[in-house]
Amino acid sequence: MDFINHQLFIKDINVHIDPILPKKTAIITHGHADHARFGHDHVIATRQTIDIMKIRYGDKCAKKFTPLRYGQKYSIKNYDFTLYPAGHILGSAQVLIEKNNHRLVITGDYKVGKDETCKNFKLVKCDTLITEATFGLPIFQHPDPKDEIQKLIRSVKINKNNCHIVGAYALGKAQRVMNLLRQQNYNETIYIHGSLEKLCQYYSKEKINIGKFEKVSSKDKSFYQGKIIIAPPSALKDRWSRRFPNPIICMASGWMTVKQRAKQQGIELPLVISDHSDWNELLDTIKKSKAKNILITHGQEDALVYYCKKQNLVSKPLSIQGRSDEEIE
Amino acid sequence: MKKFSSLLHNLILTPSRNTKIKLLQDYFKTLDINRAYALAILSDQLSFQFIKASKLRELVYEQVDQHLFDYSYDYVGDLAETISLIWPTNKEGKSQNLSTLIENINKIKKSEINTEFSKVLSGLSNNERWTLIKICTGGLRIGVSERLVKTALADLYNKSVNEIEEIWHGLEFPYENLFQWLRNETSKPKIDFKKLFHPMMLANPIDEEKDFKRLNASEFQAEFKWDGIRVQLMVSSKSVSLYSRTGDNISSAFPEIVENTKGDAVIDGELLVGRNFKPSGFNDLQQRLNRKKVSKDLQEKFPVFIRAYDILFYKGKDLRKLFLYERRKYLEKFQKENKTNQIDLSLIIKFKTWKELTKYKNNVHDDLNEGVMIKLKNSEYLPGRKKGYWYKWKKNPKLVDAILMYAQRGHGKRSSYYSDFTFGVWKENELVPIGKAYSGYTDKELLVLDKFIRNNTTNKFGPVREVKKEIILEVAFDDVFPSSRHKSGVAMRFPRIHRIRWDKPTNEVLSIEEFKKEFKIG
Repeated sequence: MDFINHQLFIKDINVHIDPILPKKTAIITHGHADHARFGHDHVIATRQTIDIMKIRYGDKCAKKFTPLRYGQKYSIKNYDFTLYPAGHILGSAQVLIEKNNHRLVITGDYKVGKDETCKNFKLVKCDTLITEATFGLPIFQHPDPKDEIQKLIRSVKINKNNCHIVGAYALGKAQRVMNLLRQQNYNETIYIHGSLEKLCQYYSKEKINIGKFEKVSSKDKSFYQGKIIIAPPSALKDRWSRRFPNPIICMASGWMTVKQRAKQQGIELPLVISDHSDWNELLDTIKKSKAKNILITHGQEDALVYYCKKQNLVSKPLSIQGRSDEEIE
Repeated sequence: MKKFSSLLHNLILTPSRNTKIKLLQDYFKTLDINRAYALAILSDQLSFQFIKASKLRELVYEQVDQHLFDYSYDYVGDLAETISLIWPTNKEGKSQNLSTLIENINKIKKSEINTEFSKVLSGLSNNERWTLIKICTGGLRIGVSERLVKTALADLYNKSVNEIEEIWHGLEFPYENLFQWLRNETSKPKIDFKKLFHPMMLANPIDEEKDFKRLNASEFQAEFKWDGIRVQLMVSSKSVSLYSRTGDNISSAFPEIVENTKGDAVIDGELLVGRNFKPSGFNDLQQRLNRKKVSKDLQEKFPVFIRAYDILFYKGKDLRKLFLYERRKYLEKFQKENKTNQIDLSLIIKFKTWKELTKYKNNVHDDLNEGVMIKLKNSEYLPGRKKGYWYKWKKNPKLVDAILMYAQRGHGKRSSYYSDFTFGVWKENELVPIGKAYSGYTDKELLVLDKFIRNNTTNKFGPVREVKKEIILEVAFDDVFPSSRHKSGVAMRFPRIHRIRWDKPTNEVLSIEEFKKEFKIG
């Protein structure tokens, strides 16, 4: 495992994983902005991650793209790379790196639970596991997302004169909320903030069931009564949200577990829907991976490092620049 | 319990006052015993004798690793929420009524608390567990004041909230007489006012710019504002009792008052420590506070007296509808009739203009008063913090520049933010902490400080972060005393962050010797 440093850089062959600054060769785990950046020479990722990068940054956001299927091996010198589903968002991948019989897995962001909007997480056994820890505290035990989405549907039924604005990250979470609504037989048109349009179109094109959606336009206020509107969290506090009739502000996020957080952000209807693993899933993955060496990236790493050490696993935190806690998608 | 816990959940997340009132009213409409429990809980009158915060910690440590709990508590910043989330079993048992649950908990024997109460917690959903723990620890902090609860009740039954307020302290669980009267089934509950703590009249801070233009100085009287604790003294031929501002009976802590006062009246005043009616400062008073029993020795060393400034009842007569200047005559009469070493009168300051009053307010020679009170001469004695009658005008605070040293996450509405700051001054080439503050800054300043701390942490001690010594805080404080408990040898009273001094280099901050000299500490 000495071949990779704490910035996820393999000096030997000049390859970075999810680098923040433009680099020669970058393996990208998924399309969120804190992982996928503009301006690399060579991007290696799943086809869908590459598509998403092009939608967000333009076709020329890298000089060269190499799409990989899940499970397809790609070699640079004596390093073999394979991508496996991470279950985080559409196109998200874990990276398995094999060198001289040593197996190292970088999970990227991942969740173990079921999700119809992407390929589900696949456990990969390894010697060294570099895991995320966004929700690395035992207070995070995500409930069934179906129950959470039912809270929204119930509230829409009861509060007929209000509209519900759901804060959700533009890539991944927004479409997951839409898909969950469809799974629960909510068949009305879902209204979306303009910034979500291209990504929603892409998900539809990829045959993800997000149903009928329409960009919010300057219609009469009363038109949006009883409707569900999905918007990026930043728009909730913006003037944008004031055009709607008696909005009930909702947020779909794992952070909504903590009431005080929801209150601070002015969220009236918190929906605990997360695209990251919760505490038990993190522990379970660590255990089942059989890795003896656990490195922990962004999030609440202290508690997880403590836990691993108690299990006699070698463990330390990696502090990756540009990813401070609590600002990640 | 489900219904009550979702009421609390909705109350904490609803920003709108009207929605809160509606939520409360919907709950109070239920006609069973649960609403009496709800009323007791919402007005912070229900608690369990054996189950307090420390017991809850003990129970949670039996369930989860202590370090993991501490990491989590540091992150969440709320004990009830941390325990409810981290509690390992999430099997929802049969949902019980709020009343049944509370009655069952009250039946638990002290010797079986640990196992039995843990069982109760395991049988609840997350949200119910959160609610129950909030009840145990008291002080719900869900953005609902006692006043709002009373308002919701009053509006629901077309009564005035002041009517409820008047009889409130004479009511007892399960409030049958209250609810019957609200539903117009009986007349207003008869309360024995003589035995009752009367809610105090409170002052608002004065807005120097607006208020002095608006208010006519000749209509007001001024008194010095003393740094003691506010008390209500109830004296009759049968008994003497002393109440704190919140209505707690604190008589037993001040036996010399109880033994030496005579007459028949209810007096409002400030409790101070000192000899011959010369107050000796809050530091001395603190020696006498929070004690159930007090030794002769302490009474000798730190004698107390009451500086009276108002009178509510005189010989059974309710004076609260009289004006302040009329009540004052009764107060003077009472004092003349019942001379004692335990009561003197608050001096009325003569002044003609607000400008003239300024010099009394800032009165630098006497460090023991903290400003002046300004009271409308024609003010009735009105409970609560009504606007337009009584004002407090505090001295300008003392200021010192100090260097930010450590930070810790806050609690309640500031949870997750690094909002508790420890700051220090130089001692030779090192810094020595002189105080800790968690208020005073603007929301914007808090964000800046929070970000600085996250990006400039040099060391972590559990939840405490040590930061680069770069930020200078201008700290305002009411007073500073010598203290043997602190490394710096000083203890500040009510320090708060006044502003961030971006303009000042750290080497211009005082040394501890200079600090002590400036604020006259031996």
